[in-house]
Amino acid sequence: MHHRLWLLAALALLCVSTFSHAQQRELAVQEIAPGVFVHVGVTALMTRENVGGIANIGFIVGDSAVAVIDTGGSVHEGRQLLASIRSRTDKSIRYVINTHVHPDHLFGNAAFAIDGVTFVGHKNLPRALVTHGQFYIDAFRRIMGEQLMDEVRLIPPTLLVEETLRLDLGARPLSLRAWPAAHSDNDLTILDERTGTLFAGDLVFLTHVPVLDGSLRGFLSAIDKLSALPAKRVVPGHGAVSEWPAALADERRYFETLASDVRGLVARGEPISAAGKAAASERSRWTLFDDYNARNATAAFSQIEWE
Amino acid sequence: MLIGRPLRLFGIIGLLGGLIAACPLPAASTDGYDPWPGLVQDIFSSRSMNDGSDVIAIEMPSRAEDAAIVPVTLRTRLAPTDSRRVLAITLVVDQNPSPMAARFELGPDAHVSEISTRVRVNNYTDVHAVAELSDGKLYMTKTFVKASGGCSAPAAKNADEAKNRLGQMKLRQFARSDQGSADRSRDAQIMIGHPNNSGLQMDQVTQLYIPAFFINELRLWQDDSPVLTMEGGISISEDPNIRFTYVSNGAKHFRAEAKDTAGHVFRNEWKIDNSGI
Repeated sequence: MHHRLWLLAALALLCVSTFSHAQQRELAVQEIAPGVFVHVGVTALMTRENVGGIANIGFIVGDSAVAVIDTGGSVHEGRQLLASIRSRTDKSIRYVINTHVHPDHLFGNAAFAIDGVTFVGHKNLPRALVTHGQFYIDAFRRIMGEQLMDEVRLIPPTLLVEETLRLDLGARPLSLRAWPAAHSDNDLTILDERTGTLFAGDLVFLTHVPVLDGSLRGFLSAIDKLSALPAKRVVPGHGAVSEWPAALADERRYFETLASDVRGLVARGEPISAAGKAAASERSRWTLFDDYNARNATAAFSQIEWE
Repeated sequence: MLIGRPLRLFGIIGLLGGLIAACPLPAASTDGYDPWPGLVQDIFSSRSMNDGSDVIAIEMPSRAEDAAIVPVTLRTRLAPTDSRRVLAITLVVDQNPSPMAARFELGPDAHVSEISTRVRVNNYTDVHAVAELSDGKLYMTKTFVKASGGCSAPAAKNADEAKNRLGQMKLRQFARSDQGSADRSRDAQIMIGHPNNSGLQMDQVTQLYIPAFFINELRLWQDDSPVLTMEGGISISEDPNIRFTYVSNGAKHFRAEAKDTAGHVFRNEWKIDNSGI
């Protein structure tokens, strides 16, 4: 009887061998600076197999409390992050800070819906959750499947950042800044002042082609302002933890190329269906280029037409 | 020890349950349901659909890149010798929450031969174009569009900017290098700043639907002669944008009038640019 069950279990395991890493209880995190822990997501699209774990997420431990920065692309991933925190500290989780509305950064929120946790976000995040949230849930149900998606809940922030906000985790001040529309219209960055670590959300991409879901001009202007922030290193939304502000160079070149190419197309009277030709010179420098460049260019075209 | 065995059994059964649930079949893209027969009934009063492949062409990318901005081009294919005329073209995005995207009426003397606009695409979907001809019949053609991947949503990228641009209008006129002076066909593009909110999104906190707010009527004239009229729906992208090819009647001015669901009326007028043509 037992043998048969084990055999069945083994067969079932074969069918989900790609799922095996997801069975781990804890998410792998690195301590990139004292008290600053980061999980580097895989550079890929969200799938059932990677449980949506494509974004960089992490947490900062202060003298009296913990702040979580983004919760991952599924409640499954969020729960693994929670387990990683719990195995490193028993200090209470005081804040969950969402850098923006995209599913790979906040589908894990429900794992942190615990007493005493305050969700923090850009002042526009509640609105963006209303206009985008249900669509994301429906779309990712098709992509990631019922099992991962049934648990996902949209949890809007209750502590909103208008422009800047300082949070303290106990001798550990965090400086939060809400940006005008750039990657999205609800981007928030977090600077850990003690170590000079900047959690940039998707205002910074490395390796993974940058994604435009806000304003092209806003993104370029944010890159200029970001470079002045007093950080030593950055945790980008996607890509490796890197030195600051050198990490901005690739992304700046990509968007400048995109803007200049799209301006050329618009000036020549080309239709928007030709937008995907823009930034072709960047193709070899990024992963997932074919998944996002035409989309970025289409969005950029519709904005540059109004200039 | 006494409870060890049952617990282990439960553990195994739980594990199996979890594994089986983790291995479902891939979800069907549109769950197999074809809304088109119902749409023919609702939008076209069940009138018979003729093959439109010689009458009208529809062009869209096979995959929606940006779900909020999917280009679509409608092109009439009637031979110049054909005595029939296209009176109107209806654009239907079958799987969208409100499938009827737009109905274009073509001005009797403007000879509009091509219309391009941008639509929202929520899902894997057929997109139909139905031409109504002067013979009183309907002619249909269609294409298929895959939904975009990733975090692309058919919603505003920059909601404040969309509000700030409310009612702004822009006309672009395109020089055509490929034509002689006798050819009076022209390319132009009209842009209207408007959020074109769908009204289908529910505020999770208040449980109320955000009211729909979109351009429902757009009229274009060369002097006093109608070129194109659009009856629009919420599938039209934010900042409605229509590029079209028409034949000039020698008019000096181009006029546009747009109305939205909140009762705003936006009007503008431009000099027709003959330079470079």
